[in-house]
Amino acid sequence: MPVRPPEPPVDRVPAKAPEQRRPSRLSAPLRETGRLFALAGTVCRETFRRPFQVREFIEQFWFVASVTILPAALVSIPFGAVIALQVGSLTQQLGAQSFTGGASVLAVIQQASPIIVALLVSGAAGSAICADLGSRKIREELDAMEVMGVSPVQRLVVPRVLATMLVAVLLNGLVSVVGTLGGYFFNVIMQDGTPGAYLSSFSALAQLPDLYVSEIKALIFGFIAGIVAAYRGLNPRGGPKGVGDAVNQSVVITFMLLFFVNMVLTAIYLQIVPAKGS
Amino acid sequence: MGIEVVVEGLTKSFGKQNIWQDVSLTLPAGEVSVMLGPSGTGKTVFLKSIIGLLKPEQGRVLVNGVDMVNGSERDIMEARKLFGLMFQDGALFGSMSLFDNIAFPLREHTRKKESEIRRIVMERIDVVGLLGAEDKLPGEISGGMRKRAGLARALVLDPQIILCDEPDSGLDPVRTAFISQLLVDLNAQIDATMLIVTHNLDIASTVPDNMGMLFCRNLVTFGPREVLLTSDLPVVNQFLAGRCEGPIGMSEEKDAATLAAEELNGYGQGISSANAPRTVVPQLEPSPGLPVRQGALRRRERVMSMMGQLPEAARTAILNSYSPAAGGGRP
Repeated sequence: MPVRPPEPPVDRVPAKAPEQRRPSRLSAPLRETGRLFALAGTVCRETFRRPFQVREFIEQFWFVASVTILPAALVSIPFGAVIALQVGSLTQQLGAQSFTGGASVLAVIQQASPIIVALLVSGAAGSAICADLGSRKIREELDAMEVMGVSPVQRLVVPRVLATMLVAVLLNGLVSVVGTLGGYFFNVIMQDGTPGAYLSSFSALAQLPDLYVSEIKALIFGFIAGIVAAYRGLNPRGGPKGVGDAVNQSVVITFMLLFFVNMVLTAIYLQIVPAKGS
Repeated sequence: MGIEVVVEGLTKSFGKQNIWQDVSLTLPAGEVSVMLGPSGTGKTVFLKSIIGLLKPEQGRVLVNGVDMVNGSERDIMEARKLFGLMFQDGALFGSMSLFDNIAFPLREHTRKKESEIRRIVMERIDVVGLLGAEDKLPGEISGGMRKRAGLARALVLDPQIILCDEPDSGLDPVRTAFISQLLVDLNAQIDATMLIVTHNLDIASTVPDNMGMLFCRNLVTFGPREVLLTSDLPVVNQFLAGRCEGPIGMSEEKDAATLAAEELNGYGQGISSANAPRTVVPQLEPSPGLPVRQGALRRRERVMSMMGQLPEAARTAILNSYSPAAGGGRP
């Protein structure tokens, strides 16, 4: 006795097309943003889940630090010098040379240093993290990991994000020092500023919260760089070319976010922390 | 003993493209099942949906009381420890040696000592015949070796459910036969529920207890192997015979005109062989010295009890295989 098919398969197809809500083109960016925030939330939660991946964290920390320290130091010298020269010539016109030191140091510590750090962490380390995760994704390694009951976010993303954050904070100290020294050197040697006035204006204009906000910015920027790199790396669009595009996008998205977040943070800081002496 | 996997009304689409719809079946505990289907019918998608990597829009997959489709992430992660999945190309971690790859699940999920991990891993490496290659990186070995290493990694936690994605692709016929035997032996040893997705007819006809076939966005049939092997559905006929004539075309479905023309000719020259009952190849037995497959014993009872609902040809084939004269039982 022949076995009949339950129904001719061909007829059934158009009759019962699943009634899914069609995602509109407009909501795509919103969805991406939402998923980025969801990943950030997951990373925060998984950070506190045992076992913490110490080994992976140390390896990643070492890697991020090794690719960013030298470029950061080299970039910060001319950057500090440019700010010192510009501020120096401006204050000279205004007749306020004695405040050159304080003004340039504030600019370096509060603005230039966290931004330089973030650009380097994102450009040098974030791109590598994104490419690494992206190639693992397309080779199904992350799927394999998930199938084995190991969360890729907890195992791979959390150590990387923490590494970028810690490196950003530490590197921010380095860049601040090197940038300030560069500014001092150029002001004193090139513009005939007096060392005493340069140093004493530090304490006249700058205060400790300036240093705190600089480190907080670096911490947040490091987090953003890590999260964006991981997000783009975990969601490459098809094949090796998709990974290349993802790396590219991760750097561009991080840069845009950085400058926006920096603006917000600066505005908030200037509102809530009174300037020195006021 | 393995765990039963119940699939109910599963439907999966990518965007507008429907992959398959309303797939319902039960993988009986401890038995070996094979899912057949032409390339591109979503066999791999089906496998990934069972383990919860892909989320179908409708339906559910029940494993040990956990819904792998809509369950909470924590439950799914926990349930996945019951699974071993062998990926199509192994999906090994490129930065780790084979040994570390195979040891990975042990190191993540158990607190075993390194010496014990070494013992277990070397045992598995021996089983899949990779002794001597344990220090190589996945990039340094052939595709077939990667596949076997992937199988070893899937086995290392003694899973209750083993899913194999095309265990034969990229392997020569001899190695395919070895893999078939290995899968049967494994089932005898650890009594795990197994699902093998393949389009290799040798594996399909000798290894499984149950067979199913996906075609044209639907589950064509799923049941005891004899049902599919003796079925005279055009799709099954064509597939098992590997002919051009039939409903399966190069791009999945043939257009109606070609199909009608072929039907007039009675599906070409294949008509004579199509009408003749196919002989059902006896199932592989575990290697001598291994225990009897508990799954096979349970299946025997199960199949006998559902005998009434099976088609005539399948009934005859089953009775033949279970009569001692046919050599179906173990000596």
